[in-house]
Amino acid sequence: MLTVATGNKAVAAAVRELRPAVIAAYPITPQTEIVEQIAEYVTSSELDSRYIPVESEHSAMAACIGASATGFRTFTATSSQGLLYMHEMVNWAAGARLPIVMANVNRSLAPGWNIWAEHTDAFQERDTGWLQVYVSTVQEAYDTTIMAFRIAEHQDVLLPVMVNLDGFLLSHSMQSLETISLGNFVPPIQLPHAIDTANPAGYGMLTGPDDYFKFRWDIERSMRQSVKVIDETEREFARRFGRKYGVAEAYRYQDADVVVIAMGTLGKEAEVAVDILRKEGMKAGSLRIRWLRPFPILDLAGRDLVVIDRDYSFGFGGVIAESMKAKFRVDPYSVIAGLGGQEVTYDDIAGFIRDRKPGEEHWFGVNGNV
Amino acid sequence: MYEIRIHSRGGEGGVTAARLLALAAFRDGKYATACPFYGAERRGAPVVSYVRIDDHPIRVYSQIRNPDLVVVLDTSVMNVVDVFHGLKPGGTILLNATKVRNVPGHRSYAVDLTGIALSLNLVVAGSPILDTPVLGALAKMGIITVDSAKRAIAEMFSDERNVKAAEATYQELVV
Repeated sequence: MLTVATGNKAVAAAVRELRPAVIAAYPITPQTEIVEQIAEYVTSSELDSRYIPVESEHSAMAACIGASATGFRTFTATSSQGLLYMHEMVNWAAGARLPIVMANVNRSLAPGWNIWAEHTDAFQERDTGWLQVYVSTVQEAYDTTIMAFRIAEHQDVLLPVMVNLDGFLLSHSMQSLETISLGNFVPPIQLPHAIDTANPAGYGMLTGPDDYFKFRWDIERSMRQSVKVIDETEREFARRFGRKYGVAEAYRYQDADVVVIAMGTLGKEAEVAVDILRKEGMKAGSLRIRWLRPFPILDLAGRDLVVIDRDYSFGFGGVIAESMKAKFRVDPYSVIAGLGGQEVTYDDIAGFIRDRKPGEEHWFGVNGNV
Repeated sequence: MYEIRIHSRGGEGGVTAARLLALAAFRDGKYATACPFYGAERRGAPVVSYVRIDDHPIRVYSQIRNPDLVVVLDTSVMNVVDVFHGLKPGGTILLNATKVRNVPGHRSYAVDLTGIALSLNLVVAGSPILDTPVLGALAKMGIITVDSAKRAIAEMFSDERNVKAAEATYQELVV
């Protein structure tokens, strides 16, 4: 069915299709609309889930962990401070190999108190063992939330997945949305280590130095296998429903001499900047990174790169720019832009590309030496 | 691409008006996005929301700097906000007012949305509803079709007075 929806409502509509047995959540701006909409689905019996309005985000993830450990599908949503409050349990979910799906509406961290878009909140969870994906349109938020469950619950993965969407810019933007009939696209969840009262076992026990590293390696092995599962899931989604996104979305990329790399809504806006520069005769292209974990393998050889980070690792650099350097031995122009919802237009992005200085870092809007 | 900026105060329905307009444009077969610019939600504070309408998918998320049309649901914000800032030369103005305000270089329209809402007793929590009647004005101005305006309102609101208010506005606005 073709309709219009906000990014938040698209996520809620996708969750309705997946019918999690348990949804535990705590509201936080700009995510609140997701859990409000899901609560309405439950109240109106459109969704037969156990909805637990918990007292904190830590409890939300703890409740999802408990429910998931019994072998049932679970979902929660959060943002920013809420995600950080959840941090201990976020680690636990991945370590316990529970395929929980969570929507995180990207928002900056306080202080200063700021409710607008930034990716640093989710980036602080990037080493937890969760898969992370970042979307740029309402349709993509819906489609990706659906795919997230299939990927998380795949027997070769069994890791939680975080679906990220930019606060307000996408969470509150209304665009067209085609909802789909899932059919058997996401098979019923089967957790091999589900708690079974008929066959009691202990999980999360003391794990000594002789064994702990094996569990860590197993997470990494599954993370590597998830690359293939993501690809298979995308192909099958495209075959059934006609839309494909990839680990990164390339735009006018093939013959591009200079490529701008960004995530989320900035990655979409960058396409407009590319069109402007192409008209000026510059062979520009863009690459919108979707999956942060597992980190995509990209062919960047022989091109000038401009990386826009809507995040920062203090004392280190833009996380995406530095990851590019480490993974692919490239020397991009690193632009730090859009922090705390800072306005960044396609004209600004075109300017970053025109004025690029490979190897240097530029804080948009900050004068003086950085 | 046709770009619209809507000025109002928090709680007056500016965001809903933007979403209704995007929905109506979508029902006309166009691409449309509605992006509110949110601060912390504050009832009574000046707020802005944006609508983009195009024949192609819209990839722009930044704020509208040079709108084709400025809609002012509450003219009291004009005392504190330069609502015409960046308005394109020859761009259009629609005010919720009883009299047209001439602005050199621009086409200017006015319609008494508040009066129409009050005449239908379309009031919530003591405030007249402005977001549905304004769709009638936008239809009269040719931004959307009147059929899609009515359909969008009916999709979002079950109270039939909302469609009636849009019809009344459509009749009343002189273009």
